[in-house]
Amino acid sequence: MNLQINQEQINETYELKLAGEVDAYTAPKLKEVMLPLTEKEGNIVVVDLSGVEYMDSTGLGIFVGALKSSKAYNSSLKLRGMTERVKRIFEITGLTEVMDIESEVKGEAL
Amino acid sequence: MRTASDYIEMNVPAKPDYVGVVRLTISGLANRMGFAFDEIEDIKIAVSEAVTNVVNHAYTDGEKGQVRIGCNIFDDRMEITVVDQGKSFDVDSISKNLGPVDGKSVDQLHEGGLGLFLIDTLMDKVEISSEAGVVVMMTKYLHRDEVEEHVDRISPAPSQ
Repeated sequence: MNLQINQEQINETYELKLAGEVDAYTAPKLKEVMLPLTEKEGNIVVVDLSGVEYMDSTGLGIFVGALKSSKAYNSSLKLRGMTERVKRIFEITGLTEVMDIESEVKGEAL
Repeated sequence: MRTASDYIEMNVPAKPDYVGVVRLTISGLANRMGFAFDEIEDIKIAVSEAVTNVVNHAYTDGEKGQVRIGCNIFDDRMEITVVDQGKSFDVDSISKNLGPVDGKSVDQLHEGGLGLFLIDTLMDKVEISSEAGVVVMMTKYLHRDEVEEHVDRISPAPSQ
């Protein structure tokens, strides 16, 4: 019941690798780390969700907020590595339409 | 309609800290009942959403409140009730805003409001009453061999 956030930076690209659960308890921590990164013009914020075991609407809300912020500050936000479960709630809520989501499937042979 | 066999109740502080504990407990019960992996994940999200709603809306700052989660286990279904004793939110106005973000521009997206939509989508039956505090009652049916007639939004897999 925790969330780990690992941050790496190369020039203006920030990669956040998440592991654990994103819910009402852990989401404020994610917001605190992610939102300021979207508030600088030209920043590219890449969030790797492959280690996320659980996410609900509180987590979705944080991404919606970060997306809005990236539009407002001319930065960009990309999500990648979603598990099937996480992808499902983005799909159900229609957020796959507005989010920049990399659709590569990691480690799965076709 | 079969009768209830077991009832489990939890009463936890309405704080974000306990949402995960409730989710894990309900997940354990659903697993015990024989729900499939995906169904358990759906139930976990629905329960978390209902409890999170109470945490976010039911009590004003500084007022300490509890949230009560009741779980009725039947042969064919799980019925979960989430109750607060805080001020009711306006269910009607929230219901009107329910729905996926289809066709909305980024500016129109609201950061909250997806919770009740998810509950409604992920569970088979959902009832909300807001007379004294808010009560959310949600049901998930065990789909064993027969196709359930109670399925609301989640369609049964096509046969064959």
